[in-house]
Amino acid sequence: MAAPDMAASRAGAAPGLAGKLARLLRDPFTVAGLTIYAVLIIVAVFADQLMTHDPGDILFRANGRVASNQPPSAAYLLGTTNLGRDVYSQLIGGSRIALVVGFTAAICVAAFGTLIGLLAGYFGGKLDAILMRLADLALAIPFLPFAIVLAGFSRSSTTNVIVAVVLLLWPNTARVIRAQVLTVKERAYVEAARVTGASDARILFVHVAPNILPLTFLYGSVAIGWAILTEAAVSFVGFGDAKNISWGYMLQDAFVSQALSRGSWHWFVPPGLCIILVVIAGFFIARGAEDVLFPKLRS
Amino acid sequence: MSYLLQRLAHSLVLLWAVVTILFLMFRLMPGNPMAAYISEALNDEQQQLIMAQFGLDRPLHEQYLLYVWNLAQGNLGTSFFRREPVWSIILSALPNTLILTMTGLVLAYAFGILAGAWLATKRGTLAEGILVPMALATRAAPEFWLGMILLTVFAFSLGWLPAGGANSAGMFFDSELHRIFSRDFLLHLILPAVTLALYLQGLPLLLMRSTMLEVLHDEFVTMARIKGLSEWRITLHHAARNALLPVVTAFALGLGATLGGNVVVETVFSWPGLGRLLVTAVSQSDYPLAQGAFFVIAVVLIVLNLVVDVLYGLLDPRVSHGRS
Repeated sequence: MAAPDMAASRAGAAPGLAGKLARLLRDPFTVAGLTIYAVLIIVAVFADQLMTHDPGDILFRANGRVASNQPPSAAYLLGTTNLGRDVYSQLIGGSRIALVVGFTAAICVAAFGTLIGLLAGYFGGKLDAILMRLADLALAIPFLPFAIVLAGFSRSSTTNVIVAVVLLLWPNTARVIRAQVLTVKERAYVEAARVTGASDARILFVHVAPNILPLTFLYGSVAIGWAILTEAAVSFVGFGDAKNISWGYMLQDAFVSQALSRGSWHWFVPPGLCIILVVIAGFFIARGAEDVLFPKLRS
Repeated sequence: MSYLLQRLAHSLVLLWAVVTILFLMFRLMPGNPMAAYISEALNDEQQQLIMAQFGLDRPLHEQYLLYVWNLAQGNLGTSFFRREPVWSIILSALPNTLILTMTGLVLAYAFGILAGAWLATKRGTLAEGILVPMALATRAAPEFWLGMILLTVFAFSLGWLPAGGANSAGMFFDSELHRIFSRDFLLHLILPAVTLALYLQGLPLLLMRSTMLEVLHDEFVTMARIKGLSEWRITLHHAARNALLPVVTAFALGLGATLGGNVVVETVFSWPGLGRLLVTAVSQSDYPLAQGAFFVIAVVLIVLNLVVDVLYGLLDPRVSHGRS
């Protein structure tokens, strides 16, 4: 009898971040999403141990001929490409690029979008007007063509894909954060801080920002998927970084090597499924977070 | 009327800003822009021609004014590779892209809206358990990968549909209209349009379902039920009409992503549209063509958004035109 009461009173006393986080971890969607991310991270970290071959190596059969277009077997878990490279090892290696691209872009989008949203919402006036017109502009630029031109003309690097994602995706985060700041800054405790003579910087980062963090987290988790999809698309049209064998690069390789007409399902289905899993993990986390953090949004 | 003018002015300013970014993007790339413009494959005379055409020897601000002046006159330059005016190359690709995009969007929203409305009445059933995750998965899948799967199944394995292009080789037509309404063209359109639709239907489906769930609890629906109207009639005539507005908003916001996303679908199906043109131009360092294709995609996007904005205002009187 006493235990539930204790829990209830504690939850009532601390409706803050810790309580919300605990509720978040009880949401099945969030748990599924986080599990997928955890698996991705583990695979990426232990990629060297998990690979059976070097993803770039051309493999040979016992009779000395190139092991091209092999079906899945014990030696080649997911078969080989038309040039005799091991599909399974490429898939494992691709997790590293997905991790780097996805998380770097997501962190940058969330950080950049949050900062702009905070500044625009808190200071208002001219600064707000300028920043929001910039947001309009970024949203008016066709996203994928921009990424393709940027990556294609500056001779294909993964960095450019991340730059393109950040340049065009921050407005979504910034707009939502700004709207949230507008309501938070009217609250009593912000007013109280102002009266006690706290500086703008202090109010912004100590009093306002913590209330915005869940939103940052929400938009960041969706950005991971966007970044990975963008990298895949840019690689697929042929402007990926050939040094990094990503899932998108694998699909492009399969596509231009006639894997489709040969029906080499073992080659082009797994990378697509991996992309879906990682992107859907972002959706799941965002969905769970929305339910728990902002019940009003979905009521 | 003043709202219309205001929106128009806003669009023009956006267009100017996009043009400026385009100029900077193509000229201030890392590395020497001249190197990409003037390839070693071109002889001296051609190099001189290009220099003169683009005024590349002049200072940057003069280049910029020349560029804007040319654009304002509808002069997009000449393609390096095809030696044709960029404008005419783009005009021949534009109808293909617009038809593909519109077909994909209409299929996706027709299916998504109906399926979403239907699913809202099926809470907790097997259909919901299967279709909702499916909708999420197609939204998370790379568009071009969906295309690859459909291509392998319906073109290569079953041989039911053509594997690529917009028309069979060796087909000639009296006019563009004859071409577009030919059986041959429609057969080629099916796979890319379905790929696009498959990718796009998730959003309207999920959105329609969730807004329907809200609306179905509203008083006017209860009222209709008391009046003894059939479930289907309640769903369609009373609830769906009110749930549609957010879907229309999503449609408008999604236009950009759709048009841009076409780039990869066109590549998978060798569909001779703007997106594929852009990809080819970039891979051949054909700057005038790439710049022109990007410009036209951006213009189509801005114009569509303007049209949707204005229509939206007309359709829903609740949208205040005084603000914004």
